[in-house]
Amino acid sequence: MSATATVPGPLKKGYKPRQKETIAFYLFIMPWLLGFVIFTFGPMIASGFLSLTKFSVMSAPEWIGTTNYVNMVHTALFWKSMGNTLFMVAFDLPLGLIASLSAAVLLNQKLRGVNIFRAIFYLPVLIPTIANILLWVWIFDKDSGILNLILKLVGIPAQPWLTDQLWSKPSLIFMNLWGLGGAMLIYLAGLKGVPVELHEAARIDGASSWQGFWKITMPLLSPTILFQLVIGVIYEFQIFTQGYILGGGPNFSTTFFVLELFNNAFRYLKMGYASAMAWVLFGMTLVITLLVFRSTPYWVYYEAERQR
Amino acid sequence: MSAHTNALKPTSTKTVAKQKRSRLLSTPWPLYVVAILLSVTFLFPLFWMASTSLKSMEQAYAFPPVWLPNPPQWDNYAKIFTELPFLTFTINSIIITVLNTLGVVLASAVVAFGFSRLRAKGRDFLFIVLISTIMLPSQVILVPTFILFKYLKWINTILPLVVPAYFGGGAFNIFLLRQFFMTIPFEYDEAAIMDGASWWTIFWKIMLPLSKPALATVAVLNIVAVWTDFFGPLIYLNDLNKMTLAVGLSFLRGQHTASLTLLMAGGMFTTLPILIIFFLAQRYFVEGIQLSGLKG
Repeated sequence: MSATATVPGPLKKGYKPRQKETIAFYLFIMPWLLGFVIFTFGPMIASGFLSLTKFSVMSAPEWIGTTNYVNMVHTALFWKSMGNTLFMVAFDLPLGLIASLSAAVLLNQKLRGVNIFRAIFYLPVLIPTIANILLWVWIFDKDSGILNLILKLVGIPAQPWLTDQLWSKPSLIFMNLWGLGGAMLIYLAGLKGVPVELHEAARIDGASSWQGFWKITMPLLSPTILFQLVIGVIYEFQIFTQGYILGGGPNFSTTFFVLELFNNAFRYLKMGYASAMAWVLFGMTLVITLLVFRSTPYWVYYEAERQR
Repeated sequence: MSAHTNALKPTSTKTVAKQKRSRLLSTPWPLYVVAILLSVTFLFPLFWMASTSLKSMEQAYAFPPVWLPNPPQWDNYAKIFTELPFLTFTINSIIITVLNTLGVVLASAVVAFGFSRLRAKGRDFLFIVLISTIMLPSQVILVPTFILFKYLKWINTILPLVVPAYFGGGAFNIFLLRQFFMTIPFEYDEAAIMDGASWWTIFWKIMLPLSKPALATVAVLNIVAVWTDFFGPLIYLNDLNKMTLAVGLSFLRGQHTASLTLLMAGGMFTTLPILIIFFLAQRYFVEGIQLSGLKG
């Protein structure tokens, strides 16, 4: 993995880059390097410092050591919000991965008008988050929402989709499924890279299309799945907007970790505590991402590695 | 496949009929049924937003539901402009989106060129740093960044929403373009160097023209991201006449005179420009995602 990901170009062993090339490299990456220092690394250091202080923007930060981290452990809402976010990691992420992959496999078939189907599946991704949520709040409305009206037409009693603490997160997962087109498009790109000849050869050898899928498509697609998984973990940990618009949900059921963080920072002006929460978030993201990467030798197949 | 081999045979009316029947039999009907049912499901919420946006309040809340507004209340769309300065919101959104996207495409292409074509000590380490920043939750740097912009007196201007774009253009975009640049043969560089071309010439004259689909992909993804961004403008802008559409739309919800139908009209109005841009760029966009080989 690391070999293919980090060594672009024919960098032969023992190659000594010329000075001119080195200077050119640093000039080319200068915009990012400056941006990294000013807008990422600097603020990161500052945030680490702030997480050890009491800071309300109004006055100078006051050093309190690890108090923020200790307080966190004793805050019920901290655990509740973490649970909510982990719920999404555990259910929204895998469901989304399976659904978008299934959609991609379906729309990778030779269907007439397949491009129209693809465009339709992708369409919801283009709707601005805020418009999307306002729309779904309306669809899920308990009394006049179209979902309950349709259920009523077929004789099923209305459900409190977003206003019940048991329903609220599954409803959001349902809503997110509507946006599977983004991941689908990337899977479709991955599926394009699966040579048709391999499948034809397998068919001649008597393999079923089911076997073909698991033995040919899946291994070749595994790097794409890895990519989606990593992006997905990061995305799920940062879920915010839905919970924000829903005001945290009934009994804090959609108060996700980042919403709790945001409330502490901008509502209660506990900037130090919020910074500490951000570092816990970073830690959790990092641990799960590293676990995913550690697991790659068991299931991710790299064609380039095999060829070397 | 079968059509291909059939085409080689001499065609008689009999074989044509046979072909037609076999094509009918081999058509994967269940797949079409599933695809069409799913398409209806995917289109429905959008249809419902459009439909509600053209209804009167009575029709919006009616049971059984009114599927098509009758007569359509086009007036709802005019009302959002009098309710709030939607025209100003639109202009603000366009300015921010254009300036930001310009920076993102330029900067990420320059940086991606460095990471994909040039060899230097420390490159691989810096690339790992770059990739790691994708994993960094933006919340970690939220508070200090806000204070930095406050110190620079950039709050309530478009600068915090535009200037950072010119500093690298985002790790993910750099990664995407680097993946694409790697697919372009290195022989081009070598030949150009033999001819005495500078690295900048190779970048500007060879790499960029060959990378239009990937650049378009980055541009479109970024246009969508900036246009729909909710929290940047919410945090950094204060005045109503400086707001963008995404945040302005949420203000519509706060107006007590504004109704659900206006909210949906505002949603449609915010969504439409993106749909138009996407369909104009669709060919490049899909090609770009395929070519940049987002396969890890």
